[in-house]
Amino acid sequence: MIREFSIVFQNADRLLAGLANTVLLAAFGLLLALVLGGLLSVLLMSESKSVALPARALVDAMRCIPFLLLAYLVYYALPSIGLNFDNWTSGLLAIVIYNAGYMAEILRGVWMQLPTETIDAATAFGFHGRRLFMRIILPQVVLTAIPMIGNQAIQVIKDTAFLMIIAVPELTHAASSIQSKYYVPFAAFICAVALYWAMCGVIEFAVHRVEKIADARR
Amino acid sequence: MNVESAIRSPAPALRIIGLTKSFADNVVLDGVSLTVNKGKTVCILGPSGSGKSTLLRCVNWLEQPDQGAVFLGATRLGFRNNGSAISMSARELARVRARIGMVFQHFNLWPHLTVLENLIEAPVHVLRKPPTEAVKLAEQLLDRVGLIEKRDAFPGRLSGGQKQRVGIARALAMEPEVLLFDEPTSALDPETVGEVIAVMRDLSAEGRTMLVVTHEMQFARETADEIVFLDRGRVVEASSPQSFFTEPRTERARQFLQRYSVR
Repeated sequence: MIREFSIVFQNADRLLAGLANTVLLAAFGLLLALVLGGLLSVLLMSESKSVALPARALVDAMRCIPFLLLAYLVYYALPSIGLNFDNWTSGLLAIVIYNAGYMAEILRGVWMQLPTETIDAATAFGFHGRRLFMRIILPQVVLTAIPMIGNQAIQVIKDTAFLMIIAVPELTHAASSIQSKYYVPFAAFICAVALYWAMCGVIEFAVHRVEKIADARR
Repeated sequence: MNVESAIRSPAPALRIIGLTKSFADNVVLDGVSLTVNKGKTVCILGPSGSGKSTLLRCVNWLEQPDQGAVFLGATRLGFRNNGSAISMSARELARVRARIGMVFQHFNLWPHLTVLENLIEAPVHVLRKPPTEAVKLAEQLLDRVGLIEKRDAFPGRLSGGQKQRVGIARALAMEPEVLLFDEPTSALDPETVGEVIAVMRDLSAEGRTMLVVTHEMQFARETADEIVFLDRGRVVEASSPQSFFTEPRTERARQFLQRYSVR
């Protein structure tokens, strides 16, 4: 057993490289999904049906298809219509597209519950359109949505593990390749599990800290 | 007065002509007309459900009236070129709204912004005022309403009376032509009503143009230049506070005053 773990520690650089990729994919993926989800939520809230319905269809599609299938689609199917991305970019793209749907739905839900009074006040003071959204609606929506965004961040980290099937060198991929080379499945996978756990811990801590800041602004 | 002659005559600060508004089958405003001259305070009184708040919300087009007209100075709200039937765009409407200050019953401060940020938000981002100028005015106003030490606090940490004083300062920061007050003390604890009323008296005395919906009879009696008594969506009486409170002309007004026992 100790021998197994020492083999894994000798290959720590591979594991850490995998961890770095997972962190980068999740961080960029989440950030871009949040921006794209914000845009989609505006479309979902549109009074015009011809705007809201296509957005709704897209969001529902993202929430209904398995992530694995989307990753396959981006990596294997897009090249056949002339869109070629490397493994890493394909993985990031899949994460962004998939989670934008979830983010849009989270932000829309919070937006619907937002008291209309502060929006009324902003309208009465001459805000409208983009500035009303950016200055008054979005900050309040994001502050309220922080715990849900944190949950989604954890989901994103776990979803990155699926990207090993399109050969993205992330954490699960690294653990798997160490175990198959030296046949140390227990040690390799336990180390990966511990690292995922640590990442979730960091997110929970961050959400807790940001919640304290947000609490004063409600 | 009809719409055509209103356009031709010299403009008072605010003129409301024949305003009608229904929600489904419920007629809330039934041909309300009133005028607020520059520097005057007009108080709208009336039982709850008489359409007072809806009237104020129609003044700055937060609710779109079914019929009638609202003039802010020479500008007709909601329509281009004063008389024509072409609706204003959202941008044009926003520009007119920015000339009207509004104080809300439930304060409606922006909770994600500090007190000072609440005051400069619209001046900077709607009026495009230079931030340093906006901050200077905001600090003067906070000092005036006695809340300068709360400039960096968030609204959630303030008492009701403090929130409403910030609400008033926020409206003043826009340097509006007319101030609308929608039951500004109705959501307050009795002990904090006084501090808000004091600020409003002050504003009235310095000649701000104010249209106030209120249940504070004493304030109306002592501060208003004119009382408009609204009942079931109609103006039942419009007179000086002196005559309204001592010799109301209608039975409805008499009943109303009796209920508030201030005769």
